[in-house]
Amino acid sequence: MTKLKIKNRLAQDRLMLWSVCLFAALTAVPLLAILGEVLLRGYDQLSWSFFTEPTPTAYKAMKAIEAGAPIPGGIANGIIGTMIMLGMAVVVAVPSGILCGAYLAENPKNRFAQVVSYLTDLLQGTPSVIIGIITYIWVVVPMKGYSAIAGSVALCIMMLPLIIRSTEETLKILPASLKEAGLALGGNKARVMMKVQLPAAFGGIFTGVLLAISRVIGETAPLMFTALGCSFIRFAVDKPISAVPLLIWEFFNDPNLQELIWGASLFLLLFVLTLNLLSKYLAKKWNQ
Amino acid sequence: MESVTPILEFKKTCVSYTKQTMAVKYVSAAIERNTITAIMGPSGCGKSTLLRAVNLMHNLYPNIRVDGEILLNGENILAMEPIDVRRRVGMVFQRPAPFPTMSIYDNVLSGFVLNGIKLSKVEKDATVERCLRSVALWDEVKDVLNKKGTFLSGGQQQRLCIARALAMKPDVLLMDEPTSALDPIATKHIEELLLELQKEVTILIVTHNMGQAKRISSKSMFMYLGELVEYGDTETVFSKPSDERTKAYLTGKMG
Repeated sequence: MTKLKIKNRLAQDRLMLWSVCLFAALTAVPLLAILGEVLLRGYDQLSWSFFTEPTPTAYKAMKAIEAGAPIPGGIANGIIGTMIMLGMAVVVAVPSGILCGAYLAENPKNRFAQVVSYLTDLLQGTPSVIIGIITYIWVVVPMKGYSAIAGSVALCIMMLPLIIRSTEETLKILPASLKEAGLALGGNKARVMMKVQLPAAFGGIFTGVLLAISRVIGETAPLMFTALGCSFIRFAVDKPISAVPLLIWEFFNDPNLQELIWGASLFLLLFVLTLNLLSKYLAKKWNQ
Repeated sequence: MESVTPILEFKKTCVSYTKQTMAVKYVSAAIERNTITAIMGPSGCGKSTLLRAVNLMHNLYPNIRVDGEILLNGENILAMEPIDVRRRVGMVFQRPAPFPTMSIYDNVLSGFVLNGIKLSKVEKDATVERCLRSVALWDEVKDVLNKKGTFLSGGQQQRLCIARALAMKPDVLLMDEPTSALDPIATKHIEELLLELQKEVTILIVTHNMGQAKRISSKSMFMYLGELVEYGDTETVFSKPSDERTKAYLTGKMG
């Protein structure tokens, strides 16, 4: 009787293990399927000119398709636009996010800090399309036009909560002895934060910044309201500008350019994957 | 008259973590200049709490209250600015805590950086050498000054932390069980070092280890449940303790 019971229990255990493994494998299926699909369709579009030339006009693309040639041009305008907007967003979001995270980590019981912390959570959960429309009202309307600045404001708002959280979490797991040792030497709180705590937390914060970048680099909706798009390479920050995810949307809407979707998607996907792997690697290295 | 002013004096010092319970109860004691004073007692009897009151570490935690007076050269610490007090009262913690992102060289100088004091290259080099020599670490690390502080062994790290505290030329050095995380050989090194250092600085050391108190201190305090039960010359405290509780602790019946 008991032997049978034990056998039953072991069988249950095995069954559970198998089903857990099965579902774990299932979650990997979509990712692999997406990667495979994009890779297969986008691979032959990747060439040097794809990264150096701007989007072709619909007419040029149509001519090329008629002639059976590959579509000329590339996504350089989108890559440059994405980099410009990301750069501006990072310059603002990183320092302010780190300072805010430091404040939250140092004053967990302060009423104001608790409110800020809660708002950070809310901001993180705000749909990006809403951030886009708000930025439109705040920036595009007063500036009387779509611009890279407006796009970077939207991206910056989206990055902030991620940077704040990662800074806060990293600072909180530092041993308290580090801060106390700094203060015991006569440093004031600000100096101990700048010279001891933040440098010690650098790895975690940097990882958080990379993840924040990879999170917003694919954002499309907020850029539709703010950056609008542009079919040629442009460096001006007060004019409409393109971005890789915007291009994908434009390609989708233009039957002549649809072939370009896959190259652009592949680029974006690989970029995000690289950032993710890099941040994982850095986090691991930092934890050692 | 000046020479008899104790360098550090507790006057009815109380520390409480909550309104109901006091961790340190009305401690009064005068610490003599250039001595090593050991604070002994079982766990949770307020030794570290008393020690941390001296450099105002309790100020970091708003719910902790410190009452009474603590005089440093006759001046009440509790009414002073923490950054001022902490520059004059160094502290070495239980676990060696060199700053992980700084080199050995920068660790020694970290007190100056944290206080916003600029030094010339010559002054820096001289300070690093002087401090590392005074903790007998110079010969071991003089060729690896640019390596991270965490690259050293536990005992070396602790000596680095002592050097870091000494660099600020403090009047008093507080040590919170500085050898409890170290092996016996490293402990012996630190103890020898402290005997040397008392010529420069007054040392107040919390220790769990009665043998250590006996070996290095000239004065001993025995604390029990937040009270200062006994305070006197180490020899007298160990040979003729006047209180039953001290006797019980020293003979191993309690603790």
